[in-house]
Amino acid sequence: MFTRLANPARFLGLADRLLPWLAGATVLAFAGGLAWGLVLSPPDYQQGDTVRIMYVHVPAAWLALSIYLFMAAASVVGLVWKHPLADLAAKSAAPIGAAFCLIALVTGSLWGAPMWGAWWRWDPRLTSMLVLFFLYLGYLALWAAIEAPDKAAQAAAILAIVGAVNVPIVKFSVDWWSSLHQPASVMRMGGPTIDPSILWPLLLNAAAFHLYVATVLIWRLKAELIGRRLRALGLAIAEQT
Amino acid sequence: MTAALLALVRRDLALAAGQGGTIGMTIGFFIVAASLFPLAAGPEPALLARAAPAVIWIGALLATLLGLDRLFQADLEDGSLDLLLLGGSPASLIVLAKCLAHWLATGLPLVLASPLLALLLGLDPAALGVLAASLLLGTPTLSLVGAVGASLTVGLRRAGVLIALLVLPLYVPVLIFGAGTVGQATLGLPVLPGLGLLAALLLLSLPVAALGAAGALRLATS
Repeated sequence: MFTRLANPARFLGLADRLLPWLAGATVLAFAGGLAWGLVLSPPDYQQGDTVRIMYVHVPAAWLALSIYLFMAAASVVGLVWKHPLADLAAKSAAPIGAAFCLIALVTGSLWGAPMWGAWWRWDPRLTSMLVLFFLYLGYLALWAAIEAPDKAAQAAAILAIVGAVNVPIVKFSVDWWSSLHQPASVMRMGGPTIDPSILWPLLLNAAAFHLYVATVLIWRLKAELIGRRLRALGLAIAEQT
Repeated sequence: MTAALLALVRRDLALAAGQGGTIGMTIGFFIVAASLFPLAAGPEPALLARAAPAVIWIGALLATLLGLDRLFQADLEDGSLDLLLLGGSPASLIVLAKCLAHWLATGLPLVLASPLLALLLGLDPAALGVLAASLLLGTPTLSLVGAVGASLTVGLRRAGVLIALLVLPLYVPVLIFGAGTVGQATLGLPVLPGLGLLAALLLLSLPVAALGAAGALRLATS
């Protein structure tokens, strides 16, 4: 399956068959999840309606992290096995992850304004999310700075792997740092203490976000492959004339 | 092979010392940048003493960044990078030798200049040793991680700004443990855990930086 997808034509065929289903499922899951989370679910007994920000914030933060790990894994595959789709997958995933990181930061800030009385606190989670956002920016900047696509892919892959080694260390160091400077975080949401009336819409929204990422990722990969073919054709024409 | 690597370190040090005193300029930048802080924040001794670890560590981070864009660029331009990689030594050891020279020319002078800055900013004299120790363990990591950024951007125009964007987020743990440990020392709290974590970061960054930068250099010269 994995090596079969190395053939771009085969991947494009599979992508065309998958995309309508994924896109449809995304729309349905978003419609259900957002309606359930933003309208139907009960307000929190303490936070009131502000808790609804969480239905967007939490899935975005999960995805910002897991997309970075996906990028690093794709980079390893690209460097080690020279899988032609892996580099493009990492490149296509980066802007999506950066966008979700920004969404998590902005919605966290919007949630903090009424709950903490401040738009920004140097909460450990916010801080490590901010560093992750900077890592995304560096990755995107490196892709943009190197003109030859092959070299850019390998350089970006090295950066993604070094960055992925750093992510848990950043998380750990920021936790250590905040334990020095700050009392325990205001935001406490241990898994089992979430009420089912909030947990289920949250999970449906998380499913919707994941479907959205899958759809857009395949879409972007398709565009990258077609773009690469166009470049190759342009070069071939330029050589003939 | 060891002789070749030592020769490389000696050559880089001679270049750093010869090119209009790069070493002196790094210390100069470090001291000037840190002395700007009291001018901006005001001369209150209590405030300065509290901010001193942060100011000195951020100064060290920025001073390390200064020479990074030339770390491999100069060798790429005059062709010696190709010769180094063609020679008998593994690329990862060449990276480590270049990092050692970079650290001897920037990191070590910062360690030596740090007590002076600490006194200027009114840091608790009892924390001077911990400050120097934290810089001694932390600045090699800065050089190593910086080498990854330098090798990834070698040959690019405007590499300097890009290196800063790539490398500064990766410096976050070193900054936190470095400045945090000095802060612990001023409060009379134990400092060995912090110094141990800095040493762990250094040991981890040795293989990661050597392999990552070696891969990037081979890519840049291919």
